[in-house]
Amino acid sequence: MRRRGAVNPVQIIWMLVTLILALMAIWPLLYMLGTAFKPGSEVFEPTLLPSHATLENFAYVLTEAPFWRYLLNTLFVASVVTVVALFFHTMAGYALARLRFPGREGIFLAMFSTFLISTPVIIVPLFILVRTLGMLNSYTGLIVPAIFHAFGIFLLRQYYLSLPRELEEAALVDGAGYWRIYWSVVLPMSRPIIAALAILFFLANWNSFLWPMTITADSDLQVVQVAIASFQSQYSASWNYIMAASTIVAAPMLVLFLVFQRQIMASIKTSGLK
Amino acid sequence: MTRLSGKHREWLAGYLFVLPDALGLALFIALPAAMALFVSVYSFDAFGSFTFVGATHYRRMLVDPLFWTSLRVTVTFAVTLVPLLYVTGLGLALLVQRTNLYNAIMRSMLFAPQMVSLVVIGLVWQLLVVDKIGILPQMLVAVGIEPVSFLGDPRFALLTVTLVCIWFLMGFYMLVFLGGLHDIPQEYYEAAQLDGAGRIARFWYITLPLLRPTSFFVLLVSTVSAVAGAHAFDLVYVMTKGGPANATSLLMMYIYQQAFQFGDFGYASAMSAVLVAMLAVLSGLFFLLTRGGRFQYA
Repeated sequence: MRRRGAVNPVQIIWMLVTLILALMAIWPLLYMLGTAFKPGSEVFEPTLLPSHATLENFAYVLTEAPFWRYLLNTLFVASVVTVVALFFHTMAGYALARLRFPGREGIFLAMFSTFLISTPVIIVPLFILVRTLGMLNSYTGLIVPAIFHAFGIFLLRQYYLSLPRELEEAALVDGAGYWRIYWSVVLPMSRPIIAALAILFFLANWNSFLWPMTITADSDLQVVQVAIASFQSQYSASWNYIMAASTIVAAPMLVLFLVFQRQIMASIKTSGLK
Repeated sequence: MTRLSGKHREWLAGYLFVLPDALGLALFIALPAAMALFVSVYSFDAFGSFTFVGATHYRRMLVDPLFWTSLRVTVTFAVTLVPLLYVTGLGLALLVQRTNLYNAIMRSMLFAPQMVSLVVIGLVWQLLVVDKIGILPQMLVAVGIEPVSFLGDPRFALLTVTLVCIWFLMGFYMLVFLGGLHDIPQEYYEAAQLDGAGRIARFWYITLPLLRPTSFFVLLVSTVSAVAGAHAFDLVYVMTKGGPANATSLLMMYIYQQAFQFGDFGYASAMSAVLVAMLAVLSGLFFLLTRGGRFQYA
């Protein structure tokens, strides 16, 4: 083996290649940020930074459209989905990993097989179903169908399979019921994975577009992704406004990433089939 | 409750804990997937009433040139995306495989696009490639290349969308591959090195075979989501709406237009049913070819 710390020219070349690719990955995002601060006349200047930085684009977006309302709607929907999903998925994951009952493997396989059916594929019948249930154009319609996803259940089951059983068994010997064990032993032990999944679920719902666009017509119920997509058709050439709106929508998630990047990336690393 | 034996209490607890998710998945995923078949034999009018029409929608599909175009676009998209994404994801993972500060920063930068919604991604790239005055065409002119119309030319629009999709997804698959690489026992590499195996030999005879479970996951998930339009739908909707000249009209885009622009839920459902069938056959093939997706280390 090569001595640790010694860097040869080949390695430096590979490090440079990586740097160029990494810059290509974030350059469009930086360009979005830069354009959001540019006056309209500067949008197509090739520089990343504006020569006359302005906050006018943000002021325009936040006053011209009820953008605060859209942000609050999105925050509400994404938060409720995340909390309810984590509650249901930890319960299911715990039962599928730990409790013994007839049909358990079959139930798990049936649940897991829905993993490959993504929203677009079933959007037409799902729309008809939700309309029949009277949930069209409502927060319920935005929230309830977004809760159920096999991915989270699968990851939680894997996590519980890897945990030692001793604590639960001690609680069982002490006469605690299964609900007590779930609530005061299993949930506290799941804090790291719950934190990671909370971020992933919130992110997915904050960024969700197709479903909210399909089932809401009411402007009061609009979420941010639908709002900026329709913003584009209204202000098709005003890229400085569109990029300001995009920045407002993307910035919270990018900040979340800066703070929690380690947890986010670690939880995705374990998501591949083992 | 108290009269139940310990075993039966455990059964009951198990069923009750699984119930909310099982019901939700059945109602909002399994039922709609099955409904696609039933709905497809009805015709809907604007007021929500429907009449039985049998196989009419399926016969219409056979002679609808736009359906066949969208099928071709979908297949072209998937066949281009999946191998490129595999190579990019694995390549990036190999580049940043070692644990050190430099690689940690590179990983974060490569993953960052994943945090941004596809709507925003679509808007940003649309701005970057605006004909003539966009930054990318300007840069091409600066190095002496005549820029094409990235989204306006039917020959390049789908490729542009595909590349943006890869740019967006590569960080995710890089992490999945890093997880897989991390699971390969280091001893294999050390033993191979003692036997005089070079870098390429080690990659070919250790990394690739031992990465098979991860490769299976990556190929299955990326193929299924490419065909289903999981990421591409948002991009296409924002960037091209299926145009120019239907060059980016993915099957999912065409289904969406039939249902929600023309109100033809029956025809859209028939096409959804075909899509569900295609996905079922694809995943079935994957599991068959890999003997149930199960792999043994060495």
